Amino acid sequence: MYWDPRAEKMPQKDLQEIQERKLRAIIHHAYEYSPFYRKKFREIRLNPWDITGVRDLPKLPFTKKQDLRDNYPFGIFAVPISQIVRFHASSGTTGKPTVVGYTANDVEVWVESLCRSLVACGVSREDVMQISYGYGLFTGGLGFHYAAERVGATVLPTSAGNTQRQIELMKDLNTTVIACTPSYMLYLSEYAAKIGTDIAEDTKLRRGILGAEPWSEETRRRIEGKTGITAYDVYGTSELSGPLFTECTEKHGLHIWADHFLIEIIDPETGEQVGEGEKGELVVTTLSKEAMPLIRWRTGDITIMESEKCACGRTHPRIMRILGRADDMIIVRGVNVFPSQIEHVLMQIPEVGEHYMIILERAEDGLDKMTVQVELSEKAFTDKVADMLELEKRIAEQLKAVLNVTAKVEIVNPGTLQRFEGKAKRVIDKRKI
Amino acid sequence: MEDKTLKQVSVFVENKPGRLAAVTEKLYEKGINIRAFTIAEAGDFGIIRMVVDKTDEAYEILRNAGFTVTLTRVLGVEVEDEPGGLYRIARALGDANINIEYVYAFTSGGDKALIILRVNDLDKAVELLEKEGMLFRGRID
Repeated sequence: MYWDPRAEKMPQKDLQEIQERKLRAIIHHAYEYSPFYRKKFREIRLNPWDITGVRDLPKLPFTKKQDLRDNYPFGIFAVPISQIVRFHASSGTTGKPTVVGYTANDVEVWVESLCRSLVACGVSREDVMQISYGYGLFTGGLGFHYAAERVGATVLPTSAGNTQRQIELMKDLNTTVIACTPSYMLYLSEYAAKIGTDIAEDTKLRRGILGAEPWSEETRRRIEGKTGITAYDVYGTSELSGPLFTECTEKHGLHIWADHFLIEIIDPETGEQVGEGEKGELVVTTLSKEAMPLIRWRTGDITIMESEKCACGRTHPRIMRILGRADDMIIVRGVNVFPSQIEHVLMQIPEVGEHYMIILERAEDGLDKMTVQVELSEKAFTDKVADMLELEKRIAEQLKAVLNVTAKVEIVNPGTLQRFEGKAKRVIDKRKI
Repeated sequence: MEDKTLKQVSVFVENKPGRLAAVTEKLYEKGINIRAFTIAEAGDFGIIRMVVDKTDEAYEILRNAGFTVTLTRVLGVEVEDEPGGLYRIARALGDANINIEYVYAFTSGGDKALIILRVNDLDKAVELLEKEGMLFRGRID
């Protein structure tokens, strides 16, 4: 099923033509109307006419989160406030707040994009959709709300929190789809079990559209196993509008609607584009946004791009599940490594726990050495050295296969590695550079 | 059926100063006596293997103290404390195609030596060594 088959199945050549045309237009729009971009272009002596198409992208400067903070509240806006129909804002927990504005057309493009995505993961007018993302300044609640209504689903706008009530309503009103964070989904199912409700047996819930935080394939399996639902990944950030892109029922990457968003994957260190299939930071240029066009927006999210046509028939490129944040990246012997990749490998090895520490050292010969410490599970311990060494070797091999760099693995006693509340600090870098 | 094997306490320890002291301190506090002891060392970690007088108690204490512990069935073999003692056992097991995974020994006073063996086929080894009259029949205490 498609929401907008003409757009979603458009030949890639046509999509590229749209991108070429819209890129040129957005550059001129930004230069003419956004004080921030005008200043930025002038600083680097870039004439908007120098940008002839997608191939000239590398000539354009990046836009970073700090730019939004520095130009708070309206410095980036490219339309007068009278044309803005809505604001969303992020709290300033890690810095100054940022604000995003939308024209009527921006909201339209956002809602249409998410409608395509919802239909791609099987939502229809037959569904009752419970939206357990927060409503308000956060884009999650309202974003899903408008798209779900337009698709024709019955919306249950529970917003976040009050889990007891969420479960009662889910049962009484026959919710079939839930939109929330993956961690809330896990919490919800545990809470349900505690009050004697089995999500799989006692509710009609079939699908979850989960995101707004990084999660793993393992977590998906856990959620699906516990609740009997099919879980889909959703991506979007408030700067780009809000929730926008989901997996289709193929569950092999999230479709990025290329007629509205132009994506690149770059090496976060060098800023150079990386090849297809290589991991790097997702950079997005908005092709349709009027109020706040973003040129080469650094999302800070690490992923892999796949531009081949999907088995579902959609021609738009896909990004794979977010692997981590660019800020968390470490470089070992010239290879970019993300702690989340290590976590992902460890979660698939039952003999060890999911806690780990990464220790980086520089050896005498100048080479970097990476040691990964993991906790042995009690059940896996045997008195045979060979078994333990074999386990270390097997973990090291699996890490090598995923990271492309050799790591020494050390198993340690359970419970001895540091536990973290909130943001984990799992990397100890002892290298003197 | 009478159990003809011994229970060995195996403890996982990181190769760091003070780890052996931490393990033995716990046993000392409870008055547990170590009768045979060895460490298999493998780089960043080691495995302590020991036969103690109060096995189940030792297991509980170490576990509660947060160590990774397992109990392993091993063979105790008693031989004369004289040349050729270990040879006779090794020969007998080898001829029966039983593989010795590890072995350590101690003398417990008198003229006997006690050898602790882990083999790949415990039942067959028990049967064989019993026939040869070499199986340890005493009590570890």
